[in-house]
Amino acid sequence: MPLPALRRRLRQALGRWLFRLTPDRGETTLHRRRIFILPTRSGLLYAAALVVMLLGAINYDLALGHALTFLLAGMGMAAMVHTFRNLEGLQLASGAVLPVFAGESARLPLQLRHGRQDDRRAIDVLVAGEIRAQGDVAGGNSTTLSVPFPAPRRGRHPLPRLTLACVYPLGLFRAWAYYQPAQTHLVYPCPLNSPLPPARATAGSSEQPGEGGQEDFSGLRPRQPADPLRHIAWKAAARDAGDRPLPVKQFSGGSAQELWLAWADLPPRIGWEDGLSHLTGWVLAAEQQGLHYGLDLPGITIAPAHGPAHQQRCLEALALYPGAPGAPQPEDERP
Amino acid sequence: MKLWRRTSESRPLPPPLPAEALPWLLAAALFTVAPHFLYQPGWLTALAGLVFAWRGWLVWKRLPLPPRWLLTLLVTAGVAAIALEYRTLFGRDAGVGLLVLFQGLKLMELKARRDGVVALMLGYFLLLTHYFHSQSIATGLWMFLALLTVTAALLRLHGDGPARPAASLRRAGLLLLQAVPFMLVFYLLFPRISAPLWGLPRDAHAGLTGLSDTMAPGSLSELIQNGAIAFRVEFAGPVPPRQALYWRGPVLVRYDGSRWHPRPADDLRPPSIEARGPEIAYTLTLEPHNQRWLLPLDSPRAGPPESVLTQDRQLLAKQKVIARGRYAFRSVLDYRHNGVEQPDVLARSLELPPRRNPRSLALAARWRAEDPRPERLVQKALAFFRQEPFYYTLRPPYLGREAMDEFLFDTRRGFCEHYASAFVVLMRAAGVPARVVTGYQGGEVNPVDGYLTVRQSDAHAWAEVWLAGEGWRRVDPTAAISPARVESGIAAALPDAEGLPLMLRMDVDWLVQWRNRWEAVNNAWNQWVLGYNPERQRQLLSRLGLPDTDWRTLAAALAGSTGLLLLALLLWSLGRRPRLAPEVRLWQRFCRRAARGRPALLIQPWEGPMAYAARLAQAAPPLTELAAEAAGLYAALRYGPPLPPSQRRQLQQGLAACIRRLPSRRLS
Repeated sequence: MPLPALRRRLRQALGRWLFRLTPDRGETTLHRRRIFILPTRSGLLYAAALVVMLLGAINYDLALGHALTFLLAGMGMAAMVHTFRNLEGLQLASGAVLPVFAGESARLPLQLRHGRQDDRRAIDVLVAGEIRAQGDVAGGNSTTLSVPFPAPRRGRHPLPRLTLACVYPLGLFRAWAYYQPAQTHLVYPCPLNSPLPPARATAGSSEQPGEGGQEDFSGLRPRQPADPLRHIAWKAAARDAGDRPLPVKQFSGGSAQELWLAWADLPPRIGWEDGLSHLTGWVLAAEQQGLHYGLDLPGITIAPAHGPAHQQRCLEALALYPGAPGAPQPEDERP
Repeated sequence: MKLWRRTSESRPLPPPLPAEALPWLLAAALFTVAPHFLYQPGWLTALAGLVFAWRGWLVWKRLPLPPRWLLTLLVTAGVAAIALEYRTLFGRDAGVGLLVLFQGLKLMELKARRDGVVALMLGYFLLLTHYFHSQSIATGLWMFLALLTVTAALLRLHGDGPARPAASLRRAGLLLLQAVPFMLVFYLLFPRISAPLWGLPRDAHAGLTGLSDTMAPGSLSELIQNGAIAFRVEFAGPVPPRQALYWRGPVLVRYDGSRWHPRPADDLRPPSIEARGPEIAYTLTLEPHNQRWLLPLDSPRAGPPESVLTQDRQLLAKQKVIARGRYAFRSVLDYRHNGVEQPDVLARSLELPPRRNPRSLALAARWRAEDPRPERLVQKALAFFRQEPFYYTLRPPYLGREAMDEFLFDTRRGFCEHYASAFVVLMRAAGVPARVVTGYQGGEVNPVDGYLTVRQSDAHAWAEVWLAGEGWRRVDPTAAISPARVESGIAAALPDAEGLPLMLRMDVDWLVQWRNRWEAVNNAWNQWVLGYNPERQRQLLSRLGLPDTDWRTLAAALAGSTGLLLLALLLWSLGRRPRLAPEVRLWQRFCRRAARGRPALLIQPWEGPMAYAARLAQAAPPLTELAAEAAGLYAALRYGPPLPPSQRRQLQQGLAACIRRLPSRRLS
């Protein structure tokens, strides 16, 4: 096994054994036992400098040299306590992570809070060893950081493990603690742009103009929560002076054309993930063009409809379509 | 809040240098380098100053850093110049010069936070190098000032950047303050080792002043101008009279016509010293002078174990005195030394350079012809000095090849070394064995702490003659010319016009007082801070009930007390709870008391006062009214409109009364 891989394995094993992590539910306080502390490279340099200074002070018999060296050693120890304390008692709460498309960065709103009087400074939030956010928390106050982290694959994923670390005040020691929010987040497939498939008439609805079309204005009805804002008849609402529920414009005509976004319409011999990406692109395009669309995948059918809620439902189905983590892999998925 | 992102493929960039830290780094570097400007060559100071000014200008104008080749060029040129200046790169002073150079030029390549950290570590190290030159109280204070700056700069590198400068300084001060107990414990308990661990470079003790091991006319008068302290003495009993205070240094035997030299090798045959008076015990704190002699009161009978007493009663340390040291001595003022003397010693004490000073030789021969008794010859010489017009002066005229002839018969102006030298030459010419002794004479008691202070300006030279049956007798010809020198000290002996340093003149009363106080403080500093050596450590520990400590005990004590201190610091810093408003404290106490014994009744974090009072009323009906009253008071104080202080106090007292009215037993 190559050395870096071996090192990584060892590190993971150590992590599992030493840091035995269980997901944190709700608000979590960083207790003493959860905080680790080790000297940094600067700290080692400092220690080496102190050793050399001590030898110099002894050799040249410098009383003040002894005093200086001892004072600096004491300051190093005080700094260790301060670094530890900078994380101790911090209360963490994580907010909802909005769904993103694969390849984008998801953002976790992380609230840091503590009830002590003094300020906590320069706290880094790391994901997979990289600093993603940094913030201060004033005494008795809270700060909300937005922690971006990569979301490379579609599906519902647990949140990554966060590391909260600080080197404040002197950079001689690094204290850190792990935080694993017990949440999941949703990643839609990465959308691919391609022309929409041709719309086809739905059986049984082709003769009469159906309700809920897109082309011609056919009247007003009271608004329901799922109606898009751009369909609200603002002028009519202004005439009502707000007495009645907001009116929504109704359209008809052309709606006989329902768009089915079907696996069968994809180019032949396409891979699973590419196919899902194409479908995602279609969903976005169809929603943007205001079409009535439905989703037809092997095993899942979503009836044609329109609106943000519908789009979200389709995207979620695509994100969680078998093949994503947690679901059985289709046989013909690419490696 | 800062936020940055990186692509996951790239290597993590080192954290950048916060721009707010730059002026602090400059200040820290300046503070750590500045004291060296006093000691290092002018060109290095100029170079460092230039670099600082340049860097300051770059920061001010937000200009980019100079290119790397220019820095390489500067470093190379600087190192070469230091090598030329000091003829080496490895000595103490050359090393410090290199550090100063690097510190200046490191400022020119501050890019990442790491560079800043390296510069500050170098700064901490440079602070230590100040003490090669001075360990005075002022240097100690400067250390604190510089430490504060360097530490504040380190803070600003690591997250304190946006804070106000005063806040950073305050935090640095807090860290330093918390470090002080550790320093004290380490200072007292860290096993002290006698220096040095390895050979010191040759320039390690350059610039220490003191007596020299040879004497020529003019060599002492240079030392007289120096008001520095040579040593301090603490007498166990009363201080002997001033005329008896002869502090014995090098004994000079060989005269080459212009300069007196010591014996080529120490004569270690034991001297015979017969005490004819009581012994005087005293402790002498000797400033380092980079020579071996210990300057006891004349005459010691034996030295401390780390010294030897030579045949001519020089007390020599085994090694050169390169650090301030404390020595416990015993001396007798009245003694007989070597009533029977070795012939070789007597022969040496009669040698004179051939064909020199014919007039002096003729004078001595005439005296000897008149009365050959040594006793009488000594009296004649002293009478000669007293009766002829000799002057005691710090500025004697230059003497040529026949130095003693010119002094005795022509110029007749001289300082103690002239008189001692001339007297010995006359005695030897008359056939009386004689030699020159140098050392210090007198000293002055500091009324603040009772120490006798002997300065370089008390340097003196006198003569010794050997009289059969009596042994070596001290003769001070200076006393014959200027009795005041021996009775009152140098300042009284010299006319005002002679321009002694201001501090040596005794006529400015308040000045003398202030000098005494200042020197007493300095002496305490020297005795207890700088003079803390293995021996003092042993003494202190045995006084603390730890006799016979070896390094193992010390290490254990050190580890134990450091651990305790760390624990105390940890408890202090973790135990600080937020300060709550009085009404919140009272309300929380009320809730705790009300729920005593029933955890289910404890107030929940989300529960407001009214909701809690309602729940309490339901669970414990007897508390209904009290709970409602307390909740109402708390709500009025906490959420109501602002009230005048007197009314607030009244409501708070009401709330406190509610706590008292709670039943003390659990309600069943």
